[in-house]
Amino acid sequence: MTTAAPPQPRRLYRPRDHRIVAGVAVGLARHLGLPVLAVRIALVVLLGFNALGLLLYAAFWAVLPQEARDDEEPTRRDFAALMPFAAIGLGVVLLQALVFDDQVATTAGWMIAVIAVGAGVIWHQSDPSRRDQGADNNIAAAPWFAAFVSENDRRSFVFRFIGGGILVAVGIIGVIAVYAPTESLSAVFNGVIFAFVGLLGVGVVVAPLVWRTFGQLRAEREGRIREQERAELAAMIHDQVLHTLALIQRNSADIKEVQRLARGQERSLRNWLYRPTGSPTERFAAALEQAAAEVEDTYAITVETVVVGDTQSDERVMALVAAAREALVNAARHAGVQTVSLYAEVEEDELSVFVRDRGAGFELGGVAETRHGVRGSIIGRMQRHGGRAEIRSAPGDGTEVRLMLPVYESVTAGKEQAR
Amino acid sequence: MTEPVAQPEDRRLTVFLVDDHAMFRAGVRAELGVHVEVVGEASTVSEAISRIAAVQPDVVLLDVHMPDGGGRAVLESVRRSHPQVKFLALSVSDAAEDVIGLIRAGARGYVTKTISPDELAAAVKRVADGDAVFSPRLAGFVLDAFASRPDVPVADPELDQLTNREREVLRLLARGYAYKEIAKELFISIKTVETHVSNVLRKLQMSNRYELSRWAADRRLV
Repeated sequence: MTTAAPPQPRRLYRPRDHRIVAGVAVGLARHLGLPVLAVRIALVVLLGFNALGLLLYAAFWAVLPQEARDDEEPTRRDFAALMPFAAIGLGVVLLQALVFDDQVATTAGWMIAVIAVGAGVIWHQSDPSRRDQGADNNIAAAPWFAAFVSENDRRSFVFRFIGGGILVAVGIIGVIAVYAPTESLSAVFNGVIFAFVGLLGVGVVVAPLVWRTFGQLRAEREGRIREQERAELAAMIHDQVLHTLALIQRNSADIKEVQRLARGQERSLRNWLYRPTGSPTERFAAALEQAAAEVEDTYAITVETVVVGDTQSDERVMALVAAAREALVNAARHAGVQTVSLYAEVEEDELSVFVRDRGAGFELGGVAETRHGVRGSIIGRMQRHGGRAEIRSAPGDGTEVRLMLPVYESVTAGKEQAR
Repeated sequence: MTEPVAQPEDRRLTVFLVDDHAMFRAGVRAELGVHVEVVGEASTVSEAISRIAAVQPDVVLLDVHMPDGGGRAVLESVRRSHPQVKFLALSVSDAAEDVIGLIRAGARGYVTKTISPDELAAAVKRVADGDAVFSPRLAGFVLDAFASRPDVPVADPELDQLTNREREVLRLLARGYAYKEIAKELFISIKTVETHVSNVLRKLQMSNRYELSRWAADRRLV
């Protein structure tokens, strides 16, 4: 925040001209933009309510600074200004003592306590120069304090000042009324109500402070969380990314190795950023992705993996994954391409996996009987688990391996396997 | 292929690059410069919005993740004033939220930055011709999003459901088939394949928000 001359709000002050007693009514009228006469009438009317008008006038007199003369430093507030207020307060108490004989001591105690607290808070809040001074003194020791105490919004200041002042005053009236000698139930009830009003007054005054304290705490906690996340990210980048980059620099002549490292790193970053996957032993999609990752790493190719849907893994599903892995390995070894597509879909009645490359292709009839890769690991394995495998290939047109596994209820699955 | 210079009426496509990484822009410019005319670049959202409006390119290659709003902000702003400019998202992210979000905002296609230069040039041409460009992964996301959930009440079934043919086309796309190969496989013309894909894109942009957001939430949980 800047300490350099904040725009001075339209201050509430007591002017030196046009005043009758101390200028409170004129000052209030100018500040609120009301006719002076209306304010005076209001004060006189309020006089009828247990001398509220008098109390308010005294409070404002004590609290408001006098308008500065043109060439004069703004007047410092001194405690002498509280004197008229104290005098009038004393007068009211004495009047109470005359009119209502008993419980004067209690009334006076309450009044002084409430007035002291209320006026003190209001006074502190209403004097920007004083506040800024306090902030300046404390700002070096605790920078947050400046944000804590600075409140330049004039509207909220006016609201707090007037609202708080009125509520405190009403609270005082309530105390007086309750301790007036009507010993009935309604008096107790009134007491509770006015105590509540008094609390509300203090609340209005203090609420912004409390709110700002909470905001401060919240911001601090968010900052801590951010810091923690940053530390975690930094650790991950150090452990993985930086090491991979170092390896790439040392192996920069070996293109295959560089590609393998970059691909592996990309995959692990992607998983870390976007995909909290399940365990490969439990979920179909995770198992397929792991198999694709292994083939990518081993054979330095790219496997474009697309999995639609997911399901719980079991023995048969694992067999399907193993067959798909074998198909990927074949494509990586024999097709002579950089990219292989792996597509898997989970439907209600069937799991299907497609492995496709655009590589060399081969004549299906031309595969020797002695080669077990395709026949045993793919076709045979699928058949053993109640599924089927198709291989479509033509020289020069690439190869597609289609694996299908029907979904059974677990009971039927047991029968199938026993058969 | 004929030389572009040989045919004067064959105006070169104009392409605009939006990406906050200067290195990547330089790379794409070098790769694409052979096939199309790169007429401008921008590295921030506000710069992109004003420059695109001034240059009015055929196709904008749009990065998804940028400071202050990202590709989506550019797309939404430019589309309002210049609906004829086509967008192809080109991102390092293949997260479902990013892909679906950009398509729903009105991008005509979505490819990842690992795409080869030739494929990228082909994708730009296809987008400029009014077709949609689906990477296998995008097709997978769409299939996932429209996975048959008969229990979900749909406001307009005509609009929100994929036809069987569209589903078939998408499956083949996800399996790594090219448009040409799909046409051969399904015994239809390439033009028909393109129509199906464009329809899918349209449905994706207009499909009800409820279903997609639910799907995204499901996805993050899985």
